[in-house]
Amino acid sequence: MNPLSVVVRTICDVFAWFMGIYGIYIIIHGHLTPGGGFQGGAVVATMAAFLLVSHGGKKLLSFAKPGFYSGIETAGLLIFITTGFLGLSATFFYNFLAGRGGLFGAVVPIGPNSGILNSAGTISVMNMAVGLEVIGGLSLILIYMFKGIRLFDDQTGGSETGHDR
Amino acid sequence: MNWQIHLPALVLAVPLLGAFASPVAGLGGRATRNAWMIFISVLTTAVCIMLWQKVIAGGTAVYVMGAEAWNITLPSGLSWPVRIILEVDAFSAFMAVVGSIAALAGAFFSLRFMDRFTGLEKFSALYFLLVTGMLGMQLTGDLFNFFVFLEIASVASFGLIAFWRDRPEAVEASFKYMVISTISAMFILIAVGFFYGRYNAVNIAAVARMLQMGYAEKIALVFLVVSLAMKCGAVPMHMWTPDAYAEAPAGVTCLLVAVSQASLYGLFRVCFSLYGASLGSTVVPWTIIVMGVLSMFIGVTMAVIQKEIKRLMAYHSVSQIGYILMALGVGLLALRDPQAMADYGFTAMKGGIFHIINYTMYKGLLFLTAGAVFYSAGSRNLNELGGLARVMPQTTFMFVIAAAAIAGLPPFNGFVSKLLIYQSTFAVYPLLAVAALVTSVLTLASFVKVFQTAFLGPAKKTYENVTEVPASMLLGMSLLTIVIIALTLFPGWTLSHLVEPAAKALVDQAGYISAVMGGGL
Repeated sequence: MNPLSVVVRTICDVFAWFMGIYGIYIIIHGHLTPGGGFQGGAVVATMAAFLLVSHGGKKLLSFAKPGFYSGIETAGLLIFITTGFLGLSATFFYNFLAGRGGLFGAVVPIGPNSGILNSAGTISVMNMAVGLEVIGGLSLILIYMFKGIRLFDDQTGGSETGHDR
Repeated sequence: MNWQIHLPALVLAVPLLGAFASPVAGLGGRATRNAWMIFISVLTTAVCIMLWQKVIAGGTAVYVMGAEAWNITLPSGLSWPVRIILEVDAFSAFMAVVGSIAALAGAFFSLRFMDRFTGLEKFSALYFLLVTGMLGMQLTGDLFNFFVFLEIASVASFGLIAFWRDRPEAVEASFKYMVISTISAMFILIAVGFFYGRYNAVNIAAVARMLQMGYAEKIALVFLVVSLAMKCGAVPMHMWTPDAYAEAPAGVTCLLVAVSQASLYGLFRVCFSLYGASLGSTVVPWTIIVMGVLSMFIGVTMAVIQKEIKRLMAYHSVSQIGYILMALGVGLLALRDPQAMADYGFTAMKGGIFHIINYTMYKGLLFLTAGAVFYSAGSRNLNELGGLARVMPQTTFMFVIAAAAIAGLPPFNGFVSKLLIYQSTFAVYPLLAVAALVTSVLTLASFVKVFQTAFLGPAKKTYENVTEVPASMLLGMSLLTIVIIALTLFPGWTLSHLVEPAAKALVDQAGYISAVMGGGL
């Protein structure tokens, strides 16, 4: 893919950050509002798609290394399974953080409230783990799909048509 | 606290940890990755065997995920089974042991076999995900989680079948399997939806307790039977098996055989434990029996004419699945009549369940020997192969054992289970036993053909420099050979200690329900 015009690139540079922040918001509010790890992770991974379309593949691949995303993905998976194992004092995947005070341990009062972010125990941790996993995984899928397009291309990616320059 | 209560969860947690930590192990290079693969496989097998011992000694094990204690199936203040539970009776534990042994053999075999590929940390991650999916299907006590584990197993096997990326045939086989699996998984999801709509529950024991046969239940039954028969490769839904089994790397094929047994497990769990006595008419048992007979006969006649060694074996697995379907179908037919159950039904069930372990072991071994032949000689075509017994004596020896076992030659283990099936099905309808016998003869014929053309005969110029496969591959094959020889030498012990508890657990629907639901809701 070739880069798009300077107008598109500038707008994308600005809005990509909003997308990332919005995705992270969905991830960390997963236990309070609709959405969660998977949905938020998908939104953050759209950032990669955004930059891929606006700046073109060559630019994106110059700083987005597959190894980096692999690392994020693995970290998410390991956090997830470790949280599961830590619950083994009671049962596998037991929520050992909820309602104990401390990290994600706030006791939620019964009745309407505005939502307490520091609650839900391991559910929040697992939302974040899944979020990391999906960010890494979906970005990797996008990068590899782009590489797949280039297999049918000449190596420079210069002979594409259909873009505005 | 007694850590053994966590065994059902550990059976799933260990391979899951193995899958998730594979990329980290892959950073340490080849030796670390291989050590991790073997370590996790051995640990999974050990945990499965311990779980089996616990279930045999202490009765059905129930485990509740994420609860305050492992045995609280109902949260306080609620009287509805909403929790995610694992329910392990003797049949589940038996299947888990069989599956984990096949997975261990496949892992040993894959160490060197996969060396020519890249991306091996992804291979071991997918391999353990497939093991997790298989064991999860066998241990879960929840219909929706059965679907989830089925999907985990399916998605992992898409990747593994297509692992040989530069072979277009492998990608085609994987795509075919993907289409078939997705369709059958959707069918299962619809069936689960029917149960959820009718009973507000997806817990197998809870649904079984409330089940009243109506239109919704009949539709759900049709969806479940058809899609699970599709997943285990019964005729007429067998078209994916030859491609998938032949194109997957050999170690994976060994595991895929065990995974198809997990679908078979699901089929019989649905028929015996979920519907059980409320099946009513004999339509479903006869459907399963007819599917079994068709699978046996069509599978083996397709196998006889194959020229490619792995494809030939893949068609044989269709035909062997037919034996198990027919035997357990006869058991299902006799379920409502205690006299018939005592006369022939229970013998059929014992034969069918014994055949499950026999089939998984010798079919896994046959696929591994085919992989070994391909690894060393570089060809799977029977028209090209020849004289390999001179250069690959150990592989030949193990192939002969597996071939004799699958053909049902006495005294091998295949003979014992087939004899039980012949005896019991003859009581229902003599033609069934005749079909089974003819299939057995044709099986023998086609394996004589493979043995004669690939291993015997004069040494060929092309295969002068062929050597025996590396030690780790031999180790994977000999593991299965040892199990086959053990089953051959001690059929009485196997029947009374392994098979009978499993058959009893499968028949005992009330026991399955009360293990979760207790006295009442």
